[in-house]
Amino acid sequence: MDKAIDIKDWYISNFGEFEKRLNGGKESLIHEKRKAALSNFSRLDFPSIKDEEWKYTSLAPLLKYNFSPSYEKKSVSKDFISSLLFDELEHSLMVFVSGKFSGESSNLLNLPEGVIIGSIAEELNNNNQIVSKHLGKYADHQNNVFTALSTAFTQDGAFIYVPSGIIVEDPIHIIFITSLDNGKIITQPRNLFVAEKNSQVTIIEHYVSSEETIYFTNTVTEIVAEENAVVDHIKLQEESKKAFHIARMEVDQERNSNFSSHLISTGADLTRNDFNSKLNDEGSECTLNGLFMIDGTQLFDAHTLMDHAKPHCNSHEHYKGILDDKSRGVFNGKVIVRKDAQKTNAFQENNNILLSDEALVNTKPQLEIFADDVKCSHGATIGQMDEEAKFYLKSRGIGEDSSKAILLHAFASDVVTSIKIESVRNYIEKLITEKFNQ
Amino acid sequence: MLEIKNLHAGIEGNEILKGINLKVNAGEVHAIMGPNGSGKSTLAQVLAGREEYEVTKGEITYNGKNLLELAPEDRAREGLFLAFQYPVEIPGVSNTNLLKTALNEIRKYRGEEELDTMEFLSLIKEKMKLVDLDQKFLSRSVNEGFSGGEKKRNEIFQLAVLQPMLAILDETDSGLDIDALKIVANGVNTLRSKDKAIIVVTHYQRLLNYIIPDFVHVLYQGKIVKSGGKELAFKLEDIGYDWVKNGKQEEMVTQ
Repeated sequence: MDKAIDIKDWYISNFGEFEKRLNGGKESLIHEKRKAALSNFSRLDFPSIKDEEWKYTSLAPLLKYNFSPSYEKKSVSKDFISSLLFDELEHSLMVFVSGKFSGESSNLLNLPEGVIIGSIAEELNNNNQIVSKHLGKYADHQNNVFTALSTAFTQDGAFIYVPSGIIVEDPIHIIFITSLDNGKIITQPRNLFVAEKNSQVTIIEHYVSSEETIYFTNTVTEIVAEENAVVDHIKLQEESKKAFHIARMEVDQERNSNFSSHLISTGADLTRNDFNSKLNDEGSECTLNGLFMIDGTQLFDAHTLMDHAKPHCNSHEHYKGILDDKSRGVFNGKVIVRKDAQKTNAFQENNNILLSDEALVNTKPQLEIFADDVKCSHGATIGQMDEEAKFYLKSRGIGEDSSKAILLHAFASDVVTSIKIESVRNYIEKLITEKFNQ
Repeated sequence: MLEIKNLHAGIEGNEILKGINLKVNAGEVHAIMGPNGSGKSTLAQVLAGREEYEVTKGEITYNGKNLLELAPEDRAREGLFLAFQYPVEIPGVSNTNLLKTALNEIRKYRGEEELDTMEFLSLIKEKMKLVDLDQKFLSRSVNEGFSGGEKKRNEIFQLAVLQPMLAILDETDSGLDIDALKIVANGVNTLRSKDKAIIVVTHYQRLLNYIIPDFVHVLYQGKIVKSGGKELAFKLEDIGYDWVKNGKQEEMVTQ
């Protein structure tokens, strides 16, 4: 406990230096928000396992380290960046290195008129009204210590704005690279994606590191899907196996909007992924698929919330886990169907394969239904690899490793195949192969 | 090709096979018959290398090699094939994927070139006709949602594609209507040649009208209690298995 207080003081003590390096950004409105968040942060405690929402995820390993923001200007080799691209996919690329936008590595292709793809830092300097209007509106920092920390140290991140009626055909690929630094660093990407009425966009958030080092990523993404907007979001989390990755995503969905999210998570020693979607108006639809593949002592914790506020909304959630060695998985999927939300369809499923006797999953569906004319279902399974199926494959001449790989690809396939972009699917298939053919 | 000597095997401490002796030469078709629970399927599974079964005594030589020392996948690569009594459903793995991976791993093991997609597809198309399966079937998941007959035909399809040296059919005829039975039998018969061998494990004599065996063995309580030519199968059909159960083997044997 004392350690947690020390660490809190440590982060607070970093603020002075952070403020000094803001280059005159101190007078802006956002800085008032930062200071308010800092005082909130000092009021809040880091959760412990006594906290119901953190029952299976101890933050003790994270709180051992004194992480500081990176003030170095880093660059990353072109070769490394090209290894992260999806073959044959023409797309806009934004690169962030250790938390800061790297213009020279980024590449924005034929964007339709009015579309803005930029860095939050720049947009804040330019006093962008859309950013001021939305940033921090959905990810409240009053009761969340990590969001408070993120808000206090708000500096950079990706900003995407798609105006009304505009279709962005090519996906936008955002890579967050943490690069070797002198000290142990924390990066806090703060992303905001706004899709206005009748617009469409596909966004890929991709978290990686150039070296297998210890660092802390604390990221907050806010997404607004206005009326009839279609937003496809993919997140690939391939952080260093020694890193900490705490992420929160807030999605605000208006009438007839269609949002889909695919999370593919293989990295970090400790991962906590909070996903919350608010279906605020009739006819909206939310698809939330996830695949996590962990081994060693990795811990992956997903907390999701589908909040159905209005009638005629659909949500589909499917999370799958593959766990090896002594890894730990947590899935907590909450669905709220509020009193007005009649004719809601809400489906949730969580399936896990344990590849070792020592791997463990805690899965907990939570349905809170206050309407009486709804269709909701949930299911969870935890099992081993199907030995009969493996024997069947081997009896056809397929070796042990290939049989295992075939079955794991098959297990992951319903999550992977629902990703619309083929080259991204291929990239993920390759990830699965590499993960288990070491 | 295959020689089984005094084979004892069981599962979880229960001995099921209690001293099997069997010799199968290239070019021969052997039928193994017997009542339920006699150990027929256990024998088939042990030959394929199912890990759950423990061999406690005896030996199996296959083409001069100690079969019991080979992993299941190496047995397959050496040309042994088991058509399963209950083919396994594998959601998410297409029939094409299974066959292509299997074929190429077998070829690699034998030091042969892997087939390219065109060569593979033309081979597949040719063999599909043999078992009367529709094209659409290729992209479907292995055995998932297949009818009993489709599953059995799929086993024979795999057999036709993989062209094993020694094929073991474990009750492939059970539950088939006469048309499906003819298709299955036809598929198996095209494999017959003087350098290949087939073991047909069955409960019923019916299949043997279409796959004519050179030898018939009766398995009972883990032992082969009677061996003979194809006429033995007809005799079994006439009088049933009761004679073995009633301890009248001696009578039969002396006839």
